[in-house]
Amino acid sequence: MSVDVRIPTILRPFTSGEKVVTAQGATLDAVIKDLDANYPGIGERLVDDSGLRRFVNVYVNDEDVRFLESLATPVQDGDTVTILPAVAGGCH
Amino acid sequence: MRYNSLIDSVGHTPLVGLPVLSPRPEVRLWAKMEDHNPTGSVKDRAALAMITQAEKDGLLQPGSVLLEPTSGNTGISLAMVAKQRGYRLICVMPENTSAERRQLLSMYGAEVISSPAAGGSNEAVRVAKGLAQEHPDWVMLYQYGNQANAQAHYETTGPELLADLPSITHFVAGLGTTGTLMGTGRYLREHKPEVQIIAAEPRYGELVYGLRNLDEGFVPELYDPTVLTTRFSVGAHDAVRRTRELLEQEGIFAGPSTGGILHAALAMARKAVQRGEQADIAFIVCDGGWKYLSTGLYEGTLEEAEAALEGQLWA
Repeated sequence: MSVDVRIPTILRPFTSGEKVVTAQGATLDAVIKDLDANYPGIGERLVDDSGLRRFVNVYVNDEDVRFLESLATPVQDGDTVTILPAVAGGCH
Repeated sequence: MRYNSLIDSVGHTPLVGLPVLSPRPEVRLWAKMEDHNPTGSVKDRAALAMITQAEKDGLLQPGSVLLEPTSGNTGISLAMVAKQRGYRLICVMPENTSAERRQLLSMYGAEVISSPAAGGSNEAVRVAKGLAQEHPDWVMLYQYGNQANAQAHYETTGPELLADLPSITHFVAGLGTTGTLMGTGRYLREHKPEVQIIAAEPRYGELVYGLRNLDEGFVPELYDPTVLTTRFSVGAHDAVRRTRELLEQEGIFAGPSTGGILHAALAMARKAVQRGEQADIAFIVCDGGWKYLSTGLYEGTLEEAEAALEGQLWA
């Protein structure tokens, strides 16, 4: 499975400034491990021993993975994975 | 409908059907018209509830100074209520919010302290928390952590929706302070355990996520993910597209955050159609489009409007 991963500004030093990179894997966990293999160090910025870090939000096709299967969320060819820092949202 | 004062008229907003955008007779969309509130946004409910609760708690006297981090709507609502009740209001607002919001705040007599555009509302919260420490006599109602915010929706928005739409299957709203979703969601869940509560979270341009490190991220104290069924991230492109559809197809002139919410509501409608299920999907119209005319949202092509919103806190 090959997916596009959108990288937030704050993590682009790991990807030489690339905004979108491709990664392989059948689950989000596998995708993040593949990312870390290609861009060493990025993995531990996203996950710790207890799972996704508190202020990191990850979306598969715009849906928050915490409401899917978290790191076990399956991904398919052509899916888009978006990584964003948690920020105060809208309309306030 | 007759009320003793403007403040007494907060809430009781219409719920209107969307005959054109609803995909099937058995899969219907309903707009909760929060732009009908006195200052034109859903935030009147939370502002009134937070000030009333602070009065009950003995925190406010005539002439008290209120302090609040806000991207605009809450500030405008607080300013209206504060003016009626005799309090001063200081708003901390990111500099990348629309000119109309600043004008409205100053019209109601509020003072505005600008926070840097980079970091968006997170930065406004940080600046306001700092000011609150320097000025212990100021009262920060703090919409992100004030239970009266969620409680307002538990006591008003939720019951109004259930009374108008007993067959409700989905409730969709924007995720900011999370007050609307938490309060309305809890009420609806208690009365209809199978109801789905869906959050639409705005995905801004790069500037807004320009944190120095990930630990600066922010999750509102009110947020309880167990209330939600799921949560969607909606970018400016889809928000603008849906805001225009709502105007063109149903005549509803709403702001861009409502477009983002409609986008998530339509995704749920599509799912119901695919599964052959009946659905009554209610969503929040946060505010009207008036305050966003200067942003370019309603002019030119979709791409031009999307570009105009880049770097702005559009929701």
